[in-house]
Amino acid sequence: MLARVASLLEALGARVNGVVARLGFASRFFFALLRLSGTSFRRFHLTVREIYFAGVLSLIIIAVSALFVGMVLGLQGYDTLVRYGSAEAVGTLVALSLTRELGPVVAALLFASRAGSAITAEIGLMKATEQLAAMEMMAVDPIARVVGPRFWGGVIAMPLLAALFSAIGIFGGYLVTVPLIGVDEGAFWSQMRGAVDLHDDVVNGIIKSAVFGVAVTWIAVFEGYDAAPTAEGVSRATTRTVVTSSLAILALDFVLTAFMFRGA
Amino acid sequence: MRSRRRLVPANLVEVDDIMFAYGPGMPVLDGVSLAIPRGKVVAIMGGSGSGKTTLLRLIGGALRPSRGEIRAFGRAVNHARTRELYELRRKMGMLFQFGALFTDLSAFDNVAFPVRERTSLPEPIVRDLVLMKLHAVGLRGAAHLMPQQLSGGMQRRVALARATALDPELIMYDEPFTGLDPISLAVTGKLVRNLNDALGAASIVVTHDVQESLAIVDYLYFLAGGRVVAQGTPDEVRRSTLPFVRQFVHAEPDGPVPFHYPAADYRETLLAGR
Repeated sequence: MLARVASLLEALGARVNGVVARLGFASRFFFALLRLSGTSFRRFHLTVREIYFAGVLSLIIIAVSALFVGMVLGLQGYDTLVRYGSAEAVGTLVALSLTRELGPVVAALLFASRAGSAITAEIGLMKATEQLAAMEMMAVDPIARVVGPRFWGGVIAMPLLAALFSAIGIFGGYLVTVPLIGVDEGAFWSQMRGAVDLHDDVVNGIIKSAVFGVAVTWIAVFEGYDAAPTAEGVSRATTRTVVTSSLAILALDFVLTAFMFRGA
Repeated sequence: MRSRRRLVPANLVEVDDIMFAYGPGMPVLDGVSLAIPRGKVVAIMGGSGSGKTTLLRLIGGALRPSRGEIRAFGRAVNHARTRELYELRRKMGMLFQFGALFTDLSAFDNVAFPVRERTSLPEPIVRDLVLMKLHAVGLRGAAHLMPQQLSGGMQRRVALARATALDPELIMYDEPFTGLDPISLAVTGKLVRNLNDALGAASIVVTHDVQESLAIVDYLYFLAGGRVVAQGTPDEVRRSTLPFVRQFVHAEPDGPVPFHYPAADYRETLLAGR
């Protein structure tokens, strides 16, 4: 009995130790990444290329999702608001939901599964095929040459994608409520302009998406760099990227919201 | 005061009584010593899992031994700081087992990679240099192809051009002959020898291909059980009466290296299932 408890405790301790060690490794990796960013930026065309892969190639999924999310928000919002005779406020509802929450969060979730997983798989495969080791033997630091540009590409692309998501979502909400249902166009836009605050809503939303961008891309590059150099290892790392970054996005969203929107 | 200038050592690489283990209590290498003289091609042979590749990683400074010393170009690799290590690696070229070409770059850009990253040569000179290196391995015509479009043997030749792009003084080969058809194998063997002689470099070839090695190298070391069990020139190896060397050179399935992985008694294991 006692022996079983002891072995259980031992297993628990080993797991906790493992997690802590991994967190420590991830943090050291992050600081190495920041320290070597100067070297990464010296060849900025590499970062531009990654902005293209992470950002431009994610445009379709972001735009289509945003359009549908906005249209659904418009429908649901109208359905509820019309009961209180304030259907014109649907513009406000759509814009606030998107700029404050849905834009940054949904765009980040999509970004994690579209671009984050791709980054992990690519770096993991480069490791498995010894491309990173070869680079190191050529006296080129793979963190500066491979990881840095991908990290900054993602960090730069994320807020832009989130902003686009919000804008297209608002347009989707407009499409459903104004031309289709017949809400007054002037009221739709003017109420929205009156209610949305540049700092409290738009800027805070962008700050959120920037934080998500750092978190998602950091997780993605780390999981790739840390992947076991086998087919199985890379597939596990890719899955972990999507799961961990989705959880991180939602948890960080709560923390950031708690700081940003107190009462008011 | 004595002059601080050091004599250029005759041996480019000296490995002195090193021990290395990936985990506690399981040394991969234990008490290995060897020397790689300038101008020579040296083979390190041994079965799979005998620590050959580990030895290359140790010399390249990617791993550090827990005991002993490794000197390359007269400087201790195992105590070098990162910056110093990168300095040393500038004089080394390494060919990985399957080439390890960058899959997002063409053959040309792969060979140009170390040149562009480590020198500030103008692009027209980079172009000439890369084409010369590709020409040396017979693949100037394939410069525009992506790695996926090349056969395994061609990939390895591009990787060889890349490893020698900056005229290294030490070239290391990790299993350069594995998985090649007989023609590619002979071509690769000839390239290893010719490049070494043309550059006046030293080469370390980690391999288990006995016949090809005996044909091209100057000296061989045999690794087994984490230590050097035999060494000599190709002629000495061919004449050797050591059981291990005989088994290896004549490819006998059983001998000092047993056919069976250590296991409990066969009869008892089968009967125990009843």
